[in-house]
Amino acid sequence: MSKPQKLHLSTRLNGEDVEFLCEARQSLLEVLRDELGHTGTKEGCATGDCGACSVILDDRVVCSCLVLAAEVEGREITTVEGLADGDHLHPLQRKFLEHAALQCGVCTPGFLVAARALLDRNPDPTEREVRYHLAGNLCRCTGYDKIIRAVLDAAAEMRST
Amino acid sequence: MHELQYSSPTSVDEALEMLGESSRDPRVLAGGTDLLIQLRSGARHARLLVDVKRIPEMNVLHADARTGLRLGGAVPCALVGEHPAARELYPGLVEAAELIGSTQIQNRATVAGNLCNGSPAADTTPALLALDATCTIAGPSRRREIAASELVTAPGRTVLAANDLLVEIRVAAPARGSADAYQRLIPRSEMDIAVVGVGASVTVDADGTCTAARIALGAVGPRAFLAEDAAASLVGTKVDEAALVEAGRLASEAAQPISDKRGTAEYRREVAGVLTRRVVAEAARRGRERI
Amino acid sequence: MSTNPMEEAPREYRVIGTRPIRHDGIDKVTGRAVYGADVSLPGLLHGSVVRSPHAHARILSIDTSRAAALPGVKAIVTSADLPEVRDREEALGEGSTNPRHLSHNILAHDKVLYHGHAVAAVAATSPHVAAEAAGLIQVEYEVLPPVLDVRAAMADDAPILHADLRTAGGDPKKAGTPSNVAMITEFEIGDVEAGFAAADEIIERTFDTAMVHQGYIEPHNAVAKVDPDGQATVWCSTQGAFDVRHLCAEVLGLPLSKLRVYPAEIGGGFGGKTTIYLEPLAILLARASGHPVKLVMSRSDVLRATGPTSGSHIRVKMGVTRDGTLTAVDASLAYEAGAYPGSPVRMGAMCMASPFAIENQRMVAYDVCVNRPKTAAYRAPGATNAAFACETIVDELARKIGMDPLELRRKNAAHEGTPMVHGPKHRRIGCAELLEAAQRSDHASAPLGNADGPRKRGRGFATGYWFNAGLQSSATISINPDGTASLVTGSPDIGGTRTSCAMMAAEELGLPVELVRPSVADTDSIGLTDVTGGSRVTLATGLAVHDAAQDVKRQLCERAARTWKCAIEEVRFDDGGVDSLVQDGERLSLAELAKGAGRTGGPIVGRATVNAQRNVGSAFGGMMVDVEVDTETGRVDVTRCTVFQDVGKAIHPAYVEGQMQGGAVQGIGWALNEEYVYDDEGHLENDGFLDYRMPVALDLPMIEPVIIEVANPAHPYGVRGVGEVSIVAPPAAIANAIADATGARVESLPMSPPRVLAALHTRP
Repeated sequence: MSKPQKLHLSTRLNGEDVEFLCEARQSLLEVLRDELGHTGTKEGCATGDCGACSVILDDRVVCSCLVLAAEVEGREITTVEGLADGDHLHPLQRKFLEHAALQCGVCTPGFLVAARALLDRNPDPTEREVRYHLAGNLCRCTGYDKIIRAVLDAAAEMRST
Repeated sequence: MHELQYSSPTSVDEALEMLGESSRDPRVLAGGTDLLIQLRSGARHARLLVDVKRIPEMNVLHADARTGLRLGGAVPCALVGEHPAARELYPGLVEAAELIGSTQIQNRATVAGNLCNGSPAADTTPALLALDATCTIAGPSRRREIAASELVTAPGRTVLAANDLLVEIRVAAPARGSADAYQRLIPRSEMDIAVVGVGASVTVDADGTCTAARIALGAVGPRAFLAEDAAASLVGTKVDEAALVEAGRLASEAAQPISDKRGTAEYRREVAGVLTRRVVAEAARRGRERI
Repeated sequence: MSTNPMEEAPREYRVIGTRPIRHDGIDKVTGRAVYGADVSLPGLLHGSVVRSPHAHARILSIDTSRAAALPGVKAIVTSADLPEVRDREEALGEGSTNPRHLSHNILAHDKVLYHGHAVAAVAATSPHVAAEAAGLIQVEYEVLPPVLDVRAAMADDAPILHADLRTAGGDPKKAGTPSNVAMITEFEIGDVEAGFAAADEIIERTFDTAMVHQGYIEPHNAVAKVDPDGQATVWCSTQGAFDVRHLCAEVLGLPLSKLRVYPAEIGGGFGGKTTIYLEPLAILLARASGHPVKLVMSRSDVLRATGPTSGSHIRVKMGVTRDGTLTAVDASLAYEAGAYPGSPVRMGAMCMASPFAIENQRMVAYDVCVNRPKTAAYRAPGATNAAFACETIVDELARKIGMDPLELRRKNAAHEGTPMVHGPKHRRIGCAELLEAAQRSDHASAPLGNADGPRKRGRGFATGYWFNAGLQSSATISINPDGTASLVTGSPDIGGTRTSCAMMAAEELGLPVELVRPSVADTDSIGLTDVTGGSRVTLATGLAVHDAAQDVKRQLCERAARTWKCAIEEVRFDDGGVDSLVQDGERLSLAELAKGAGRTGGPIVGRATVNAQRNVGSAFGGMMVDVEVDTETGRVDVTRCTVFQDVGKAIHPAYVEGQMQGGAVQGIGWALNEEYVYDDEGHLENDGFLDYRMPVALDLPMIEPVIIEVANPAHPYGVRGVGEVSIVAPPAAIANAIADATGARVESLPMSPPRVLAALHTRP
């Protein structure tokens, strides 16, 4: 049986240049977790329905389970590991902690990444806009209440600074 | 997916050449939000993915009130929704594009892919049918135009040959007094597949009389289709309550739904009528604002 | 908002009742927290599980030869690799388990009993190779007719799942006949016939509820390594590492000391991660291959083959007098157990009428096997189904006699001493206080307003009861030389309990909560601790922490007495230090005592173990909800939602609110759209999050929590436990709101648009 074709890719991950080898069938999620050691991005469904694997590809939030690693040549990827500036948490990360917006925490990376993508485009979203843009991120622990409050509060803080 | 290979051509001709290598079982990869799931589950097969997102011609997105809409085959739904002229001119198509999946999905999924995937419940398909959209298909020897309503033949099946490529979708500029709308019924408020989807385009004249209408139904048949009797019944009316009720009744009659995990045939038939009333009313309201 | 109806002045707390940042928070917002699927070891192999495509079939043969020949495949296991285990009931955590059934659920032996039932497992060098190999394992089946519905399964001519199963508590004349009914349980108090004779209004209805899944976002996973001497180590996502150890030992025939289980960070459980699926397979594959092995379920695997909670068929008859006294309740409940016995139907029967003081009650409970996955615990197991039936009939009875439903509930509220159907009397409970808080709430007096066109608004309310559990816990507190503390428990932290435990330690020891570092240990590093379940961690592990802190305080007093060369009775621990009772002003702080510990007797380590069965405080919850019903499509939107819960004492109110809100939304999902959809052959049709429709953010309003604190007298801080009861009331509350809006009673869950529209068409 023939060996699967290996592709060589170069990309930027959380501001660093990285190169890796992958098979065409591997998703970006698999490569992030298994090849590049970035396990902060989670798999919840592998069908694009839960948002736990959300990453920002160039400037758009996508489900990394539905992106082939082969597609990211020359592109810029931001994962949850890239949100904080060193030890300085992103306001969303801080507000999630202050509002107790996480319980088990497994959906949290996806929510933070998706919320960051939202606030990059819309710094002053309404509650409904936040709920709409985060509708692709499932959380089963919190009932969303504290997540929505944390995002709105982070947006308010980011607007005032 | 063991032997899968990936390629990313930068021109339509290059893509067509790859799609012509039938021994490699090629398949077009656009947004991938349906295809990758289907490949993993074994519902579809491919040994060569031809990623069309790096082809400039397929990323064209242009809309204006004179020439209408040009929508490249690789343009994701999110870009359609963010395009000011597209929003202004084709609010129904934008409604449909913004209902597909999540923000994450809309950033990948393309309108063309939604059409070519051939799901009876695809949201943008009734919207395209209502707008009488046409598809530019590039094949090995020539390009041809076909109506969007002719592209899908059965669930998951289209008229496209393995080495055909949907390069662009075109929609004419809306006539004076003409506007579109799309609504669907889903159990949740987001993320579901349509149980029923209805797109409509309605043209009214200066005194509010309907002069033309197209109504397309999704998820109530093996493919999205035009409810021609329902649309015809509107012409000559003021699109008042009685006319809406009649159009809804005819749309319910035209529906050929099945019962499945997402809804019963009986329910779908009834709701097809309800949504037809609502969607036509909304399209007519928008049309009146364009007089 | 918080109310404290206790008359005596509450104890003043320094830490308890505040909202500190959780200790594991930064790891979880930066992606550093290590969940089970994130664990990696040198030489790691990846596994894949072969699952049955049939709901009911006899396994004729399994041919693994083609898979074994695939390059990269290192081990394959089938049920032949599992030892025979005895058919018996083994007490475990909240309930009991039959190790033979457990073993057969992990790998089917002679028969597969549901779509997705595991048949074989393979380990290979990559997940892709493992999946390919799994596809090459050929299983020959003789397909048998399935039975999917409880009523069909109870029929005399139903296909039988287990030829050796006899009905416990059934008709003695049928003792020789195989049945799908594993157990019939009857509870009765008072004189039900006399109760109905005294009633002015009687309503009897039947209800159906669909099988639903906990829906945790993290799929099950397990990583195992086995050393050459047979010592096995497992990392997995579990609510109870000691339960994993115990169950794996049962299934594999190993002594407990041969297994060490590390609970990884857990991505949700809600009861569904209190048993084992992948863990023994990972151990067997690791043993066979000589390499560590990782197994991770797909979402489809999770939905098809882990334990959802029971769908049910319930009949309830209740009577009320014109002046609003509930006189009798008579109910029968049949719950789907899934492929093996053990539904929570008895608990459903016991909880059903427990919010009420009703003198005459009879409940008959049927535990029924069907060709669906073996059910597992799900947040107040059994209670939600029962409450949906009972609480909607109470609402209807109130409307029939022209009484406000909340007032009818308050008038009939259970109190301390009220007997429950299964015999015991309620201890001090907060049912009446909860109802009064609901009556006083802003929500209760807010106008509903009118909706547009075909949309109708309504408001509903319902309550729910849950026992809560005690069980066993261990805790140790090490005082570090710098005066900080390390707290170790064995309770996997699903919702912030590490911090609630640290807060209790900090409260007792007079330390800032940031200086108490809590961690969750593996099974070799802490005493036995039962599952994170039964709402028990803050209650029972909290009690162990409290007691361990007393142990620390006692040792600190000893050290101070030794330092001052006085008797221990002459010192007293107070607010983070030890005072001399004989030398005015003499005081040694905890930090000073910690620093000097080496000279006064060595390290200071407090420890405690508890069995908290006597400390349990039961919970009541309620939901008030406004809905808008689209009467042309049957779609229901929740527009306002307030949840009430007697928590005893909120240690960390933000995480208490989180439990209330999260349970409420799971209940809303159960009410409106979640359900297992099978085709006639028993294939699960909605095995993904696309069509297993859990609520998304846009479906919901804010969920307003109202914490009620009626202290549990059997706990040092009055804690009751908050995890579960919040899910019980929502389906009934929403059904009552739909009835208020439209006059239509929906008798089936989920109340999905087609169901609601059908009910609207047939309303009287």
